[in-house]
Amino acid sequence: MNNLAKRIIPCLDIRDGRTVKGINFVDIRDAGDPVELAQRYSEQGADELVFLDITASHEKRKLLKALVEKVAAAISIPFTVGGGVTELKDAEVLLTAGTDKISVNSAAILNPPLIDELARQFGSQFVVVAIDARLENGLWQVYRNGGRIPVGRELFEYAREMQERGAGEILWTSMNHDGTQNGFANETLSQLSRQLSIPLIASGGAGTKQHFADAFTLGEADAALAASVFHYDTIPIPVLKDFLKENGIPVRS
Amino acid sequence: MKIAIIKYNAGNIKSVSNALGRLGIEHAITDNPDEIKAADKVIFPGVGEASTTMAYLKNKKLDVLIRELKQPVLGICLGMQLMCSHSEEGDTPCLGIFDLPVKKFLVDLKIPHMGWNSLHETKAPFMENSLEGEFVYFVHSYYVPVANETAALTHYGMPFSAALQKDNFFATQFHPEKSGAEGERILKRFLDIEVRV
Repeated sequence: MNNLAKRIIPCLDIRDGRTVKGINFVDIRDAGDPVELAQRYSEQGADELVFLDITASHEKRKLLKALVEKVAAAISIPFTVGGGVTELKDAEVLLTAGTDKISVNSAAILNPPLIDELARQFGSQFVVVAIDARLENGLWQVYRNGGRIPVGRELFEYAREMQERGAGEILWTSMNHDGTQNGFANETLSQLSRQLSIPLIASGGAGTKQHFADAFTLGEADAALAASVFHYDTIPIPVLKDFLKENGIPVRS
Repeated sequence: MKIAIIKYNAGNIKSVSNALGRLGIEHAITDNPDEIKAADKVIFPGVGEASTTMAYLKNKKLDVLIRELKQPVLGICLGMQLMCSHSEEGDTPCLGIFDLPVKKFLVDLKIPHMGWNSLHETKAPFMENSLEGEFVYFVHSYYVPVANETAALTHYGMPFSAALQKDNFFATQFHPEKSGAEGERILKRFLDIEVRV
C-alpha cells in the first residue's frame, strides 16, 4: 500500500528579486512580488514551489538571498531555489536563508563532483538536479545554459550518473515539449522514471488538467512542474487537484 | 511560555523557527544547557546523517541533556530517529528514549520517501482523531517500525511510525514545519501538551 501523493509544483521565474511572469490574481496587489505569489500558491494547495533565478548580474544575486528569507518566513510548504548554484558556498547561503532544496543544472554538467559534495555536505534530500534535454535523431541530448549549449551527453545515462553521485531528485524538462502546452513527454518520462530509484519531476508541456493526469499515469512521474497554466490561472490548483482525485490519482487535498 | 529549539548542526532549525514565528510564538534557538532545561517546551529538530549528528551531540554533551529532559520534548525527522535506540544509518547507537530500532527502507518504491503522505490510526494525546487521513510532508530513507509508542502511522509499501509518544517525549517522522496548515495544527497541539515527568 502506498498513499504517497503526486506533487503539483508551480515554478516562478525570478529576475532581480521580482517575479517575471504572472497576472494579477483578483486578491493580489502585486503579481511581481514573489512572496505574495508564493503565499497564494501555498494557500491554493500547491505541494511545493520552485523559484528559478534568472538574474544575470552577480551583484543582484544578493537580492535572491533576501527573497529566500522572506519566502521561508511566509510559507509552510517546501520550496526549491535554482539558478546560479556553482559551488558549495552558494548552496550554503541559500540553505541558511531557509530554502529546503536547491536545483543545480549547468554546474552539474560542468563539474559533476559538485553533486557528490553537495549531497555529502547537506544530504541528498537537499539536491535536485535539473536537466534540459531535446530529442535529436532519436537521442535525448542534454543541454546547458538554459537550453542554449548541447553538452554531448544522453539523458538516461546522465540522469543515472547524477543519481549515483547523490542527487535526491531529478527535474527533467523536455525542450521539445516546453512551451507547447501539448502535454508532457510521457513515454520518455516513464522510461526515465523506471530507470531511477529517486523521484522524478516532469516539466515541459502542461496545457490541460488531463496532461497532468497523463504525466502521473502514462509518464509515471512523481511530481509535475508547470509555470504558465498556474501564473495565468488557466488551471487553478484546487480544480486540478479535484480532477486528479476524480481520476484516482493520489493527491493531497 | 518559554520554547527552546535545540541549536546544533541540523538543517531545518531555521524552518522550525520560521514556523513558530508564523504562529506568533516566541522562542529561543539555543545550545545553552540551563536555558534548555528551564524551557517549558523543547524542540529537537533534525535533518542530516545519523552517525555524524550523534557524534556532534555527544561532543556537545547534548545527548545526556536531551535524555534527561522532564518537560515535553518534540523530536522532528532525524530528531525522532535519534531518540530511538539504534539506527541502521551508519550503524549508530542513539539516545534510547524510545526503545525502537531505525531501519533502512527496503521496499520496491522510490527512496527517499519524499512528499506528502497521509496519517492513520492517530492516537491521543499527541495526534487527535481529526488528523486521520490528513497529509503531511516527509523526506527520509530510514523508518521506525510500528510499535506501542506509535501515535500515528503512514503507509509506504508497509506501515511505519509517522509519530511517536512516550511520557514527555513526542516525535514526528514528517516535518510539521513544512506541512502547511495541518503541520501548524500539530505544532500547536504539541505546544498545548501539559505533561511533566
